[in-house]
Amino acid sequence: MTLTDLANPTRFLTLTGRLLPWLAASTALLLLIGLYQSAVAPDDYQQGATVKIMFIHVPNAWLSMFVWGVMSLAALGTLVWRHPLADVAAKTAAPIGASFTFLALVTGSLWGRPMWGTYWEWDARLTSVLILFLMYLGLIALWRAVEDPSRAARAAAILTLVGAINLPIIKFSVDWWNTLHQPASVMRIGGPSLDRAFLIPLLVMALAFSLLFLTLHLAAMRNEILRRRVRALQMMQASQRSA
Amino acid sequence: MSLGPYASFILTSYALATVVVLILIAWIAIDYRHQKERLRELDAAGIVRRSGRSAMDIR
Repeated sequence: MTLTDLANPTRFLTLTGRLLPWLAASTALLLLIGLYQSAVAPDDYQQGATVKIMFIHVPNAWLSMFVWGVMSLAALGTLVWRHPLADVAAKTAAPIGASFTFLALVTGSLWGRPMWGTYWEWDARLTSVLILFLMYLGLIALWRAVEDPSRAARAAAILTLVGAINLPIIKFSVDWWNTLHQPASVMRIGGPSLDRAFLIPLLVMALAFSLLFLTLHLAAMRNEILRRRVRALQMMQASQRSA
Repeated sequence: MSLGPYASFILTSYALATVVVLILIAWIAIDYRHQKERLRELDAAGIVRRSGRSAMDIR
């Protein structure tokens, strides 16, 4: 199975139709394990039980950036290789990425209130993630505004690649500027600084949310392929009527 | 399991994540049914794909 094989939408539908039930079951199982581990994880000596918000906040924050990364690769697929499924992948990832970013912002805010004494601070990390959320909304609006999918695809791909500049800014904002947000404690030089009691549930939840993204994304891609098939058939029907 | 004085912040976070994920799942499931319904209508109207296969062939 190569990437070229997957370029055929019918083959993609066949493969994902077989894969999705297994992916959905694995996601549900891993989420249950992750939630159980999060529930029984010990309190932090400084943060108390609020550390449990981390198991939801951090996976969503990682995925908010990862999904934009996926969309950037898909944008290259649209502009450079003209892969027929690249635009489908980018368009369907955007609402899912926006949801993860929304959850990262809100859960971060709910964690910030008891720990920092405020729901919001215009510091570099929080502001750059808010900009990411607004960029997701902008892209979704662009796809909705342009009726012709191929025209929308090029504009959206360019905007996605320009927006990718924000990813390193988000990642390194806590190192480049003096922010309220804590520096990286997992993906850092020298290894994670988190205790295993927190690290393991966090990694399980991160894997569960990643699988959730993969499952939802593949299902949404199938829907978009069907939507484009409907559009093509409706155009065929209209031309038959006018002939 | 005691969640301490900030239980409402913790529970709201988990509840909100659950609601958003459920909305995403429902949105995708409803959209799938909607597209299948539109394909069924086109199939019933005798519209076939350029390959000659049925509009409903979504394997």
